[in-house]
Amino acid sequence: MAELLKVDNVSMIFGGLRAVSNFSMHIDQGELIGLIGPNGAGKTTAFNMLTGVYNPSEGEITFDGKRINGKKPYQVTAIGIARTFQNIRLFSELSVLDNVKIAFNMHVKYTLAEAELRIGRYYNEEKEITEKAIELLKIFKLDGLKDEEAKNLPYGEQRRLEIARALATGPKLLLLDEPAAGMNPQETHELMEMIRWIRKEFNLTILLIEHDMSLVMGVCERIYVLEYGCCIANGTPDQIKHNKRVIEAYLGEEVS
Amino acid sequence: MNNLKKQDLKILCVCGVIFAIFQVLLYFEFIDPYWEANIILILINIILSVSLNLINGYTGQFSIGHAGFMAVGAYVGAIMTVKLELPFVVSLLAGTVSAGFLGFLIGIPTLRLNGDYLAIATLGLGEIIRICILNIEYVGGASGFMGIPRITNFPWAFWIAIFIIFFIKNFKNSSAGRACLAIRENEIAAETMGIDTTKYKILAFTIGAGFAGTAGCLFSHYYYIAHPASFTFMRSFDILTMVVLGGLGSMSGAITGAIVLTGISAVLADYPEWRMVIYSVTLIVLMLNRPQGIFGSKELSRKMFKFGKLGGKIHGGTAES
Repeated sequence: MAELLKVDNVSMIFGGLRAVSNFSMHIDQGELIGLIGPNGAGKTTAFNMLTGVYNPSEGEITFDGKRINGKKPYQVTAIGIARTFQNIRLFSELSVLDNVKIAFNMHVKYTLAEAELRIGRYYNEEKEITEKAIELLKIFKLDGLKDEEAKNLPYGEQRRLEIARALATGPKLLLLDEPAAGMNPQETHELMEMIRWIRKEFNLTILLIEHDMSLVMGVCERIYVLEYGCCIANGTPDQIKHNKRVIEAYLGEEVS
Repeated sequence: MNNLKKQDLKILCVCGVIFAIFQVLLYFEFIDPYWEANIILILINIILSVSLNLINGYTGQFSIGHAGFMAVGAYVGAIMTVKLELPFVVSLLAGTVSAGFLGFLIGIPTLRLNGDYLAIATLGLGEIIRICILNIEYVGGASGFMGIPRITNFPWAFWIAIFIIFFIKNFKNSSAGRACLAIRENEIAAETMGIDTTKYKILAFTIGAGFAGTAGCLFSHYYYIAHPASFTFMRSFDILTMVVLGGLGSMSGAITGAIVLTGISAVLADYPEWRMVIYSVTLIVLMLNRPQGIFGSKELSRKMFKFGKLGGKIHGGTAES
């Protein structure tokens, strides 16, 4: 399979702290990868580097043959990486529909002049965007709530909306930052099903951070484990489960 | 989408009717010159508050240097009319474009700032513009630019205000407008959704500043004079108060705010000693009971009446002005 993302010896240094240190990773087209590690291990920092929020202090990230280092987040999104956030970042005062429509903005072709004069491509494209957005909301069973303000949605639905919004940008790689945080086992189970399904339906490659091991072990094909900014293990779920370093990182060393 | 077109036409018709009513009232002198002056001032203030709302309310960039851009429009317009003897339309365009261009130049460095810092920077820049003008002899320096003909009248002010309201409304309903709203709601999320935040912030700032220039040009061509003292930071605060009173992020709010506050000032002009007292009490009461402003971030619509949240204002109230 073709390599989609390559992270080569990347470090992120904040003053004296190496939040992520010499981290390497590669993801092939169509894979579903997990990134785990104890709190403060640098998982979200890694995500922020992948999406251009941070510019890595060292190392190189290439996506689909293009270099990501130094690109702004919106440029990274344009080449096909979308993400959700650990602490949900919806456009909370806007309607559910508008939240998704905003993510389609990149694909809008009409100019400001056309929008002002309400001529040319304006109506057709607006209609098209709205229809596409509603279609996407239907998939996530949110179409009934399209006029509701995003902040009024229950937690689980806000999470779903965030995923829908990320998909609207038309990504090749989807990064999910703790998608199951705050969900009960039933909801987590549904989320697992949904992640599998959207990967197939949208032909996606997915990288997810998660603390819920049932989810990670259940859906991921390969897992990377971070601790104190360093990658301590990677492999299939079974390998990770029995890896001594990983067990130590989570549970501490055995008393001899 | 055809619904939108229909709605626009409907609003435009309402505007036409209101225009006709006021025009007739003015023609038969049912409205005395004092109120005529105030109606024009209200219209100018509406332009100012609506354009500031684009920056502060929609894009969420807290700017308080609007008087500076207004001054640029007022002076550039006056130079075009008086010194170069060009037609008023050219003056208006020149005032708008020059203020917009200045907004663009100022926006590039200042819009990197956030919140309070941006507010202070824009406040300072507004004052810098005023003090620069104060020292340019060509435009009259401290004694002001005199001898500007009175060209602004009710029809000019009314239709320009309507044009700008529609311009900003259409802007809000475009992809660019949604990008601005996204920036207000969550800048980081907006950027990860593929929105070039810097570009849209500058775009909104430029448009807002440009329309402040239009208002300035109308202003100087109504009062025969453009004087630096008219464009102090107090005016910036006045405009900001209108926007916040009406509700940040609501066009209906900005319009209502401009009507209410200018109206209060006009009604209380005979009681100068009570004017500021009542003015401030109104603001305090409103901020205590409705901190989000009269409209919050909602727009005036039929839906609003169904819930019975607000009463008393007809849709024409928006259009009227």
